[in-house]
Amino acid sequence: MTVPVKKPSPIALLLGLIPFIAMCLSVPLWDRIYPMILGLPFNLAWLLSWTVLTSLCLVGAYRMEARRDDDHREDK
Amino acid sequence: MSPSAIALTTIFAIVAIGGGIGFVAGLHRKMDLEQWSVGGRGFGPLLMYLLLAGEIYTTFSFLGASGWAYSRGGPTLYILAYITLAYVVSFFILPPLWELGRKHKLQTQSDFFNMRYGNKYLGAFVCGVGVVFLLPYFQLQVTGLGIIVSIASFDGIGRTPAMVISIVVIAAFVFASGIRAIAWVSILKDALMLLAAVSIGIAVPYVYFGGIGPMFAALARSRPAHLTMPGATADLGHPWYITTVLLTSLGLYMWPQGFAANFTAKSADTVRRNAVLMPLYTITLAFIFFVGFTAVLVVPGLADGDLSLLTIVRRTFPPWFLGVIGGAGALTAMVPAAIMVLAASTLFAKNLYRPLFAPGMTDDAVAKLARWMVVVLSLIGLYLAVYRSTTLVSLLLLGYAGVTQFFPGVILGLFWKRATMAGVFTGLIAGVGTVALLTLSNHDPLFGWSAGFVALCLNFLIATGLSFIQPLKDSIATPARA
Repeated sequence: MTVPVKKPSPIALLLGLIPFIAMCLSVPLWDRIYPMILGLPFNLAWLLSWTVLTSLCLVGAYRMEARRDDDHREDK
Repeated sequence: MSPSAIALTTIFAIVAIGGGIGFVAGLHRKMDLEQWSVGGRGFGPLLMYLLLAGEIYTTFSFLGASGWAYSRGGPTLYILAYITLAYVVSFFILPPLWELGRKHKLQTQSDFFNMRYGNKYLGAFVCGVGVVFLLPYFQLQVTGLGIIVSIASFDGIGRTPAMVISIVVIAAFVFASGIRAIAWVSILKDALMLLAAVSIGIAVPYVYFGGIGPMFAALARSRPAHLTMPGATADLGHPWYITTVLLTSLGLYMWPQGFAANFTAKSADTVRRNAVLMPLYTITLAFIFFVGFTAVLVVPGLADGDLSLLTIVRRTFPPWFLGVIGGAGALTAMVPAAIMVLAASTLFAKNLYRPLFAPGMTDDAVAKLARWMVVVLSLIGLYLAVYRSTTLVSLLLLGYAGVTQFFPGVILGLFWKRATMAGVFTGLIAGVGTVALLTLSNHDPLFGWSAGFVALCLNFLIATGLSFIQPLKDSIATPARA
């Protein structure tokens, strides 16, 4: 292995960017109380759903990276 | 027995069980430097998960998050976002770091900087900055322990004696057993923490309002501004939220102890799988928020928001349950505190003292010095907690502003072959200098932006700019080949 190391695949990076947009950069769009969801203020409900969705995005990214690792091994 | 005796006995019983597990785990193992500090690089997914969860869910999330929900309101949501996003960052940077760690036998963050940039002064500087900014984080845990013991004693034991007791226990624990012990105590701590968070998060709103939904409805009617940003503050609005979330999510794995814990994993795949699962763990933080928000209406007017969780628990439940919550909280402070002290003292001995002052030192002597540093750092932490008190979240944010300055050096070092020692070193100095300047002159936030983020941008610009203008031949003089 050398430095710099192998860069992650662009699709995996894109999947990683989605949670940053949803949970961070877009805050003015969802930082409000109403409509309340299951009794929670909208902003809190939004962030909680994104903790789960982030995990799903990373499952996708994991698949991409694992497949790339396999391809890499076969090349050798 | 009086209520305070019941509560305190329960807490000490839980802490004693935790300590016992730690000492047993530390017995019968040969303790060389690598075994003591990285557990011999043999942790599988479960232990690794517990170790990471153990150090990330600290007193800060337990008392600090509820404290901010109580005293600041909406801005507290940043915690949910930053921890989740930090795992996204970790998914991309930890596996390659782990690979390098195995290849080059890296144990610490400074080892990485030494290996990549080939300059012992940079490595030592990274080490010094890491140790300095760990202090507020360590102070946070000690302060938290003091709060727990003094509230559980119904204010019978003052905060200072409580903190002294805590420090002695932490230092003894680390001194005797090292990291493997800590990982095992994490199991007890995480189980208790989860139980504590979920049960009080549901029960406290239920007791006073009949449920979480009705509690938020009542809060939205009487204090609507508290639930959105900037909440009860003047300057923690959306720009603050965005810059703080970016700063802290990039910084979570820049803590020397988090960086070092990564090297204890069994494989790069273990690390990646952890990153996929960990966001689900952050959901438990919401229960802590519920308690803080309930306290706004039930116990208004507390001078220190960090007391709100325990105050409302003490008012709502019998003393033995206060003891269980206090015991969970105490372990939640002790485990991370132990990891921090361990990381900071190993770093100091191995990456600052040895390369600069005693190049001929053996590994055994380094391990011995590291153990003594545990005592020294514990005393410094105690001093700060007693004489420089501030809110738990502010302490954490100060630490983040500092350690996130390592991020450009790590990310450029991993993925950009042209990154140079001079560029990264200069950027780091500028970043840390800016943090010190803005924080000490009370300019955080700066025009609504997190001061640490402003410093990070400057750091990044300098590191890339200088690397870019240096001739190409200088930049690949690193001993990077395997």
